[in-house]
Amino acid sequence: MATTTNPSPGVTGTLLSSDTAGATATAAAPFGHALVRAGERNTRIVGLTADLGKYTDIHVFAERFPERFFQIGMAEQNLIGVAAGLARTGFIPFATTYCVFATRRAYDFIAIGAALGKTNVKIIAGLPGLTTGYGGTHQGIEDLALMRAMPNVVVIDPCDATEIAQAVEAIADYDGPVYMRVLRGQVPIVLDPTAYRFDLGKAKLLRDGRDVALISTGLMTGRALEAAAQLADGGIQAAVLHVSTLKPFDRDAVLSLVGRVNTVVTAENHVITGGLASAVADAAIDAGLSVRLKRVGIPDCFCESGSIPYLVKRYRMDAESIAEAARAVAGGR
Amino acid sequence: MQKVESHSRASTISELQVRARRLRLHVLRMAERVGQGYVGQGLDIADLLAVLYFHEIRYDPHRLDWPDRDRFVLSTGHYSIGLYAALAEAGVIPLDELDTYGADGSRLEMSGSEFTPGFEMTGGSLGQGLSQAVGMALGLHLDGRDARVFNLLSDGELQEGATWEAAMAGAYYRLDSLFAFIDCNNQQADGPPRQVMAVEPVDEKWAAFGWDTQRINGNDIEAIVTAIDAAKTVNGRPHAIVMDTLMGKGVRLFEQREKAHFIRVGPDEWDLARQQLEAS
Ligand SMILES: Cc1ncc(C[n+]2csc(CCOP(=O)(O)OP(=O)(O)O)c2C)c(N)n1
Ligand SMILES: [Mg+2]
Repeated sequence: MATTTNPSPGVTGTLLSSDTAGATATAAAPFGHALVRAGERNTRIVGLTADLGKYTDIHVFAERFPERFFQIGMAEQNLIGVAAGLARTGFIPFATTYCVFATRRAYDFIAIGAALGKTNVKIIAGLPGLTTGYGGTHQGIEDLALMRAMPNVVVIDPCDATEIAQAVEAIADYDGPVYMRVLRGQVPIVLDPTAYRFDLGKAKLLRDGRDVALISTGLMTGRALEAAAQLADGGIQAAVLHVSTLKPFDRDAVLSLVGRVNTVVTAENHVITGGLASAVADAAIDAGLSVRLKRVGIPDCFCESGSIPYLVKRYRMDAESIAEAARAVAGGR
Repeated sequence: MQKVESHSRASTISELQVRARRLRLHVLRMAERVGQGYVGQGLDIADLLAVLYFHEIRYDPHRLDWPDRDRFVLSTGHYSIGLYAALAEAGVIPLDELDTYGADGSRLEMSGSEFTPGFEMTGGSLGQGLSQAVGMALGLHLDGRDARVFNLLSDGELQEGATWEAAMAGAYYRLDSLFAFIDCNNQQADGPPRQVMAVEPVDEKWAAFGWDTQRINGNDIEAIVTAIDAAKTVNGRPHAIVMDTLMGKGVRLFEQREKAHFIRVGPDEWDLARQQLEAS
């Protein structure tokens, strides 16, 4: 961290902020509202949080169904344990905290309480990757790797408000443990709600192209689509495959794309080890395919504090960096 | 080992009150730049930090790695606005640098970390501070140093299981060089603790865990000094000083406003805030 007495204009935002830079449309609290709809449909759904109701949007559910909501206090291990107990009595608990506190502090409780016996616990985790300016304590940069490594858990990193809403419905109907990242507050709408269909475990080809395959997850898919548009202006046709379910991993979709376009860029709001890039590489190697792969994501480091636009540029997580990686990998053919 | 004491223990109560007011002014200065933040916490904890940094703690602002220094362990990373104020007032960081609070590239992060001079650990992932404070107290004791360890916890942190794991260890190892200050500001992220997860009776819990326990008005400098002096006479047990504090203390505007963990302040309100502080 540099020593400076000249503040740059950017300032670390509040914990409440989502990255809405460049978004043309947004939806408010898509997770909270989707959980209310699911709760109206299914009275077995209950909500829990660890002193982050307002900060994960589950307060919307708490206000609608106060008797089906449990405030656990700032105690993440207990949050997961209590959720597992509710699941064992036939309820469908949705438990919210931040990615870092769910995975780092409560990992053993998730493993034994939820994953080992495929107990029906839904863990909804806020502040994924660089969506908070609060540095190493709050940025969930390795949660996907941790959760992918844990047997039996479905792992989802949704792209936007449209997908969050659809995924809540899907995981409420799915019987088993789920870890889902969530964006809160005003969340960008990237995917057209009338055209897009979230299917648990399925990747979606959002755009086809023959020169380079952009394979992305989470909010990076919005930036991959921007990058593809930039690349098209320069005469490079990029495909965009959105992999929101990281586990189970849609190998077929990835291999069918990579089989015909073997210059690949992965983009994830996460460290470049153990997440999407690793899953793509594993799939290609298992299938005996050789690919040229560039990985866009957070390097092997804890990130600085700062404003989100500053961090996104600093760690080369913007659309421009994806396009640059694509040009490099496609140009090298 | 040479003993360095940067601040004599001769500070009078009224001198400490002047320090506390200056700390509060620094807090407003930082928060005004950002327009938001943990102003309430920075103001509520200024009295304790004035007592610790200008009366009680033995440390050398020019030699932060002095091995015999007392350790101040900030578990609550978001309270760092208060600690930056104290460190600037003590000369550890330049006063001008306060203007970089929360700015991109600044070392005065909104949630503080060990990369800022004067920070003994990275707080902010709440509930970790007391364990590290126990470890420091054990380590200092093993090395035969008589340095003490002062940990600041929040009422929200009392909900983390790890806090009580550490409390048990502190009592088991009879760490009378360990002091825990619990800031009961009656606030956490989702509201007051009684509406989130009841923590009271806080003092009885610490006493039941074997700690020498007192409960005081944490915005009364004389009470803080007296409590620490009393704690120092108790051997063989760690010390818990439970402090009831008022968020936004010293600025009526903030004291009375709807209570919130994270407050926003209008650009036009800062002058009024400063006037109220000066009149307080
Ligand atoms: C382990 C952990 N869980 C959750 C959080 C998110 N969080 C930040 S501050 C806070 C409230 C904690 O209570 P307290 O420190 O008493 O809050 P304050 O008095 O400052 O409002 C929470 C839940 C965190 N930082 N660390
Ligand atoms: Mg509090």
